[in-house]
Amino acid sequence: MHFRHIFSALGRHRIAVCLLVLEIAFSCAVVCNALFLIGNRLELMHRSTGVDEAHLIHVGVRSVTPGSADAVMAQTRTDLAALRAIPGVVNVSVVNQVLFGDGVSFSGVSLSDDAKAPGIQVTQYLGNAQLADTLGLKLADGRRFKPDEVISYAQLESGGSSAPVIITKALANHFFPGQSALGKTIHAFGADRVVGVVERLVQPRDYGPAENYDYAMLFPVEMPYSQGRYLIRVRDASQRQTVIQGALRALKADGPLRLISPKYATTLEAARDKYYRNDRAMAWMLVGVCVLLLVVTSVGIVGLTSFWVAQRRRQIGIRRAIGATRGDIRRYFQTENFLIATLGIVLGMVLTYGLNLLLMAHYELGRLPGYYLPVGALALWVIGQLAVLGPALRAAAVPPVVATRSV
Amino acid sequence: MFGYYLDLALRSLRRNQALTALMVLAIALGIGTSMTTLTVMHVLSGDPIPAKSAQLFRVRMNVSPDEAFKPGDDAPDNLTRRDAEALLHDARADRQAMMSAGSLVVVSAQGDPLDVDARYTSADFFPMFDVPLRYGHAWSRSDDTSHAGVAVISGTLNRQLFGGADSVGKMLQVGDGSLRIIGVLGDWDMNPRFYDLSDGQFGDSEDVFLPLSTATDMKLSTSGQMWCWGNSKDAHGADAPCIWLQYWAQLDTPAKAVAYRQYLRNYIALQQKAGRFTHPGQLDLQDVMAWLDAKGVVPADVRLQMWLALGFLGICLLNTVGLLLAKFLRRSNEIGVRRALGASRGAIFLQCLVEAGVVGLAGGVSGLALAGLGMVLVRHQPTDYAAYIHMDLRMLLATFVLALLSSLLAGLLPAWRAMHVAPGVALKSN
Repeated sequence: MHFRHIFSALGRHRIAVCLLVLEIAFSCAVVCNALFLIGNRLELMHRSTGVDEAHLIHVGVRSVTPGSADAVMAQTRTDLAALRAIPGVVNVSVVNQVLFGDGVSFSGVSLSDDAKAPGIQVTQYLGNAQLADTLGLKLADGRRFKPDEVISYAQLESGGSSAPVIITKALANHFFPGQSALGKTIHAFGADRVVGVVERLVQPRDYGPAENYDYAMLFPVEMPYSQGRYLIRVRDASQRQTVIQGALRALKADGPLRLISPKYATTLEAARDKYYRNDRAMAWMLVGVCVLLLVVTSVGIVGLTSFWVAQRRRQIGIRRAIGATRGDIRRYFQTENFLIATLGIVLGMVLTYGLNLLLMAHYELGRLPGYYLPVGALALWVIGQLAVLGPALRAAAVPPVVATRSV
Repeated sequence: MFGYYLDLALRSLRRNQALTALMVLAIALGIGTSMTTLTVMHVLSGDPIPAKSAQLFRVRMNVSPDEAFKPGDDAPDNLTRRDAEALLHDARADRQAMMSAGSLVVVSAQGDPLDVDARYTSADFFPMFDVPLRYGHAWSRSDDTSHAGVAVISGTLNRQLFGGADSVGKMLQVGDGSLRIIGVLGDWDMNPRFYDLSDGQFGDSEDVFLPLSTATDMKLSTSGQMWCWGNSKDAHGADAPCIWLQYWAQLDTPAKAVAYRQYLRNYIALQQKAGRFTHPGQLDLQDVMAWLDAKGVVPADVRLQMWLALGFLGICLLNTVGLLLAKFLRRSNEIGVRRALGASRGAIFLQCLVEAGVVGLAGGVSGLALAGLGMVLVRHQPTDYAAYIHMDLRMLLATFVLALLSSLLAGLLPAWRAMHVAPGVALKSN
């Protein structure tokens, strides 16, 4: 009953209604896609690394006068002993690269030693026999390294040593789909035998194709401190800052002049925070855009509805005079807004889809999942109803006596 | 007439302050966000070395052996030491330099170690990139060949180590060895650091510069990309199968660029003949702006933000169109009276546009304030370019042009409707 009147009244303001519908539609399209982008960033920021991040810190030390390789290695052993003696420390390893660090080290890996064999770039973590434990990795299959398997960096690079290797489950599935990788050979530094498979470990930084993010290998290599960082696992997460202070003191206490500074010591959590700060900033910026967009849209609704209310004062007065209640008048404007919003949202769905296609073409973005559409629709319905409330109440307050006045 | 319209516009805007405020707010938000993101785009896509950007060329070649060559790939960014040294030795460009980023620990006179970024390069680096020197001079090509133990340091490091005094002739202790300082840089703000984008695209320039030949002798550590095929004991060795050196050539005229390209083609053909590879080899000679474009110095996020902001401005304008329409049609009576008194349709149209323009200018002023706020926000972002974002005079003017244009655009339809108000109907309904 109501709808017919409303439609015929809207028909008299075709242009203004079209503008409002368009504005709601575009807002809907942008808000849905922005929410999707925010969701993507959040997903990215919360990816698991497979590493026990809450209990790890790392400290980098730079030598000033390096000395011979043997001297550096001897100093590394002294440092390791000193670090292990710090209360609260569970495990220490020297590792060539750390998660969220500056550098990434890769090797081409294939299934045969023929140089032309198809290979992929896989990141490598080099460290002592306890590295898997220090990182807190979960073993899915096989075993950890044995202390007597540890080789020197020179031995690994020379390639002939056929070092044992631990690989991630994802990498195992890539090379040996449907079968156990244990005992198989991959070719990275030579013919390397797989002795263990860990549930998950990822690249230090995003690099190369996204599907390679969780391809990683571990080699048992005795690294000198000059080629890596001290990775320290603490018993209790609350001790991390104390252990960092203790580690810096312990390292400074012994050895030649070296660059040891709090600048190069960090918890893994802080490093993660820093790594994702651009994504976080982008997510907040998108939140800001959504909020502003909804504000502007509601401004448009308030403005146009107020205009219509003012224009129809006389008609409202007449309706009131012939028996319409305040509630009827208020509901009239609310229904009108609901209809306009619905039209806008329907058109907005189409635009949302179009905008998503555009983003997919230019920004390596996936298809927008369907559940963003009802979220966007709901947001615009709610915003519409909130915005129209003020003008609708003002309309309801128009006294019936207006009908009897000439202007 | 214009003054009269302006007066009418101001009266009309004052009459309905809430609606006016809403319109100005909408335009200001749209302009503020658009100008913020456009300024970021403008700064990031700027020319770092306007005087020479068309004469400086990044040289890229793919002369890797067949097993390391994938036909679809781009030419790698860097060269092997063997190729870089061969090109440098031929010296067929007006100027040329090979280089790598490095990282050093220097020791101050007080004995405190200090880590600094370094660039290992060859003599032409300084004249080629217009690097200003405050004290002393850069090294010569003969210093490159004689592996001279010399260094040029930045003004910042000079202040840190020597309190800003002329330190030419003093020694810089680096690891076990030491380098004689022969030059101190003046203010050199090269952003983005186009000559090597792999080690942070924006930021201060390096603190220590020394001949690459000296750095490899001293086994100083390099940073940046290092890509090797096959195993090698020393990745920095003269014949190591490793790609790690950036190479730039200065070619003063287009004809020279053509000739140089041919020279590079011949070089590749020679390598092919020598049996290094059987594939056609790849060659890329790009000037500064083409190089920056190819490396995507403007992050995808910034582009996305710009489009988002422009889309937002569009929605704000749609909003303004609606509000202006409401405003003008509400004055149908007044327009009817003016029309009846003899005002032409054009006059009504113009009067409405003046009113829209006033709203636009007000929106522009508030938008500028919002853009200023946006700049503050951008500069507090954790990006490496944050510190370099600033609004210049051109962007300031662009703000007002954009605000005025968009408000006039928004005013077109409402003004068109307003001028078609039938005077008879408007007067009768009164």
